Amino acid sequence: MGRAADWTYPLAAVALALLAWHGAVAALALPPYLVPAPALVAERLASDAQLLLRHGAVTTFEAVGGFLLSVVVGVPLGMALVWSRVLEKSLMPLLVVSQSFPKVAVAPLIIIWFGLGVAPKLLIGFLVAFFPVVIGTIAGMRSVETDVLDLARSMQATPLKAFLKIRLPFALPQIFSGMKVAVAFSTVGAVVGEWVGAESGLGYLLLWANANLDTPLLFAILVCLMAIGLVLYYGVALAERLALPWHVSMRAAEPGSTL
Amino acid sequence: MTSAAAQDAAASIALRGVGHRFAGSAGAVEALRGIDLAVAPHEFVAVVGPSGCGKSTLMRIVAGLVRPSAGEAAIGGAPVDCPHPDVGIVFQRPVLLPWRSVAGNIAMQLEMRGIDARSEAGRISALVKLVGLEGFERALPHELSGGMQQRAALCRALVHDPAILLMDEPFGALDAMTREQMSLELQRIWLERRKTVLFITHSISEAVFLADRVAVMTPRPGRIAAVVPVALPRPRGFAVIEDRAFTAAVRAVRGHLDAAGMVE
Repeated sequence: MGRAADWTYPLAAVALALLAWHGAVAALALPPYLVPAPALVAERLASDAQLLLRHGAVTTFEAVGGFLLSVVVGVPLGMALVWSRVLEKSLMPLLVVSQSFPKVAVAPLIIIWFGLGVAPKLLIGFLVAFFPVVIGTIAGMRSVETDVLDLARSMQATPLKAFLKIRLPFALPQIFSGMKVAVAFSTVGAVVGEWVGAESGLGYLLLWANANLDTPLLFAILVCLMAIGLVLYYGVALAERLALPWHVSMRAAEPGSTL
Repeated sequence: MTSAAAQDAAASIALRGVGHRFAGSAGAVEALRGIDLAVAPHEFVAVVGPSGCGKSTLMRIVAGLVRPSAGEAAIGGAPVDCPHPDVGIVFQRPVLLPWRSVAGNIAMQLEMRGIDARSEAGRISALVKLVGLEGFERALPHELSGGMQQRAALCRALVHDPAILLMDEPFGALDAMTREQMSLELQRIWLERRKTVLFITHSISEAVFLADRVAVMTPRPGRIAAVVPVALPRPRGFAVIEDRAFTAAVRAVRGHLDAAGMVE
């Protein structure tokens, strides 16, 4: 497929969806407080741009912070679990149990403990995002084949060199997979944190718009959240492309895969 | 003893009463028992046997990757208890790092050993030329065919100029035609570099074609049933398969496998 065709189809699909939305609102004569027309949403995006930017910046900061926290904690934790059987046996059940209930359920507790500021949102974002990072890291470190480890040993590599030059690069593709899931989760975490208790952020604004039945603003906020999610996801994907050009080109060489 | 002779002695391999057991799900499995084998400096010895006879374990013991439960392996007269610096290994699969170019993968061997790869660029390019990979130095492994990947792996095994080359079914994953081609190439490279080679294979004709002597292994527990010398001059071409010495050696190897009830 050519470069142009890569963009043509998704763009056409989005345009069609917008057209269908517009047509449905007009044909069914839906009032704006139920479903606003796309043009109206676009208008609100423009007129309330400053408000949305201010609150969007807060949410983005919280999501990115929670995500970075999950990487900084999750990757070393995953490595430690692979490195030590004892650690794995003692910590893994705890981790799995901690994932078996919806983490957003502890959000009220975290707000009680840490207040209405940014810190509790970072923490909630971290809580929902760190598990995929840990799992990705474990899977990645385990994916290094025994042949490769034999090779490293036969080269008399020091443990540090073998780790940095062989094991870590082999694990990175799966770590990045975990990070892509985590970055999507951390946005959810930030918004949930803002719902439970906040003085700013798109989640806070969302509740306000909802209470005032300001549906066009609500839609505008959703568009902003979507944009934040997309930018963060593709940010991680871009980082992957820069860090692992070999891996991306290998995947591209396989049929039926993109990005 | 002259220094050349000292170097020569360092290139020998000796296995004395080597046995190995490992823990399986159904108790301990005896993989090897009472293996005695000596490989002289610059000699090419092939070990042939059916799958599961422990010949790979044998190679891993020589490589210092596995400690035998009985007996000992020695390189240059010194017991092997960890990977030896004077050994290069070619595994069944190329095991190339997918993010490194051909040259980068070869340089890996030097970097891991703390040798400055940049100062040895000449050595790397000479090897690349020797195995016929010129022009592919910057290619990534997934851009190469299986045969070319294995050539790169051979360069990596030779780049630190080890006295001993261990090869564990190196052409086992290749198609039949590439495999024959690689045998010829390996012979040419061996004639040029004269490493002491321990070559593991399950192909009788490949073993006889390449080796000075063929050690025949029987399975469970793996033992050396016989060592068959191959008295054929080198370089050997494909025409050698019609030579009487070749067919006689093949028949002898087959006979020893047969006696162990191991020819399919």
